[in-house]
Amino acid sequence: MEYLWEGIKEAIRLIISVDHEVCRTVLLSLRISLTATALASFVGIPLGFLISTHEFPLKRPTITFFNTLLSLPTVVVGLFLYSLLSRQGPLGPLSLLFTPPAMVIGQFILATPIIVALTISAIQVMDPRVKWTAMTLGAGPVRTALTVFAESRFALIGAVIAGFGRVIAEVGAAMMVGGNIKGYTRIMTTAIALETSKGEFAFALSLGFILLAVAFSVNILFHYFQAKRG
Amino acid sequence: MRIKTMGKGILIVLLLLLLSAPAILAEERLRLSTTTSTENSGLLDVLLPPFEKQFNVKVDVISVGSGKAVKLGENGDVDVVLVHERELEDKFVADGYGVNRRDVMHNDFVIIGPNADPAGIGKAKTAAEAFKLIAHKRAPFVSRGDQSGTHSKELSLWVKARVRPSGRWYIETGMGMGEVLIMAHEKGAYTLTDKGTYLAFQKEGKINLPILFEGDPTLFNPYGIIAVNPARQPHVNYILAMALIGWVTSQEGQRIIADFGKGKYGVPLFYPDAIKSPR
Repeated sequence: MEYLWEGIKEAIRLIISVDHEVCRTVLLSLRISLTATALASFVGIPLGFLISTHEFPLKRPTITFFNTLLSLPTVVVGLFLYSLLSRQGPLGPLSLLFTPPAMVIGQFILATPIIVALTISAIQVMDPRVKWTAMTLGAGPVRTALTVFAESRFALIGAVIAGFGRVIAEVGAAMMVGGNIKGYTRIMTTAIALETSKGEFAFALSLGFILLAVAFSVNILFHYFQAKRG
Repeated sequence: MRIKTMGKGILIVLLLLLLSAPAILAEERLRLSTTTSTENSGLLDVLLPPFEKQFNVKVDVISVGSGKAVKLGENGDVDVVLVHERELEDKFVADGYGVNRRDVMHNDFVIIGPNADPAGIGKAKTAAEAFKLIAHKRAPFVSRGDQSGTHSKELSLWVKARVRPSGRWYIETGMGMGEVLIMAHEKGAYTLTDKGTYLAFQKEGKINLPILFEGDPTLFNPYGIIAVNPARQPHVNYILAMALIGWVTSQEGQRIIADFGKGKYGVPLFYPDAIKSPR
């Protein structure tokens, strides 16, 4: 209980004093997670859309595949990526290991399945009359697709929010391929893990509160887009 | 289909931006993998900045257990390693992964435990005897269990004590030194720890467990620094790695090590070995 109270006090103090180190860590967290979420959305939403609107062999197994990836442990993604990016791995010459781009790739792998899976269910539960109406009104395939997108906007932004939520909170992959390097690849979650290991519980908790506050602000932003009438 | 192509285009643009934009990538970087004790104690925060300034380089510190730190060196993912596990270090050099190993500093391992000392290890003559007493009493003992330097020291002591630790009293965690200290404190258990991390936790009131056994020569804890062999990993920054080794073992570097912690804890956390009494 004492740690909780101290953590809240420390969080308020850090926010008011605009602590340089904490600010840098928060900004890096945001930069990495937002980039990864954006990339995952650009790939995941069209992919989910294509999967749910087309009939093809192995459609059910494909959907099951993406649903299974939702339970991928972050450390496993980190290990997988490490084995690719290490000097011993096939992508070693790119020198990406222990850099922010490596962390973006890791988070991209984590966020994409969520966005694909949620896009599929968003399109599937939609009233098929939207598509038919658009088509009978003379819309081409692209216009029809855009209409369907617009109508399922609420659920699609929900998918993006879920993807962002997973990556801003993950620590396993970021630790493994980022290396938690101070001032370079240290983000909020890896900093919290480090401070916990140093026994700085109150400080670690305060970072947790700040992370929550940041996630809250980002979600408000998302909500604004969600609520806006297209 | 057009949507997908558009997505791809944006993706490529974003990736390019990501890879090219940050100016931090332009600066020269040296990668050092090390144990948690050197970074968590705060030593590197005072030892590295003068080097970074002098050589206009940024040292990326990746702090993990000694086992993993050496592994990163073997894979060529770092340029230089600073660890405390002599056997592993010698093997690393003998196998041709590392070159130019230098002694840097040492401190001691100590055995800590509850005030009451139920196993009576305060009267033990050797560290192995202390371990035997703990096992005999089946008093709770927290083990790192993470292939770190401290863990392998602990395992070697169990071998010396002719005990194969198992059972409910033997708590194998797989966590770092700090977590293990706190767990020992919460459970009133014994554990083996390096003195540096212990002092930092004890003096700041994070734990309250006395040192019950220390001073045995087997508890000596030496740290070595090794450059990754450029013949094996041509991409490593060998020149800067050697410059760092030179700095850490220089008069000035060794003096920083000798003075570190004196003000805060009253005693130094590490003792320089490259130059015994740097001025």
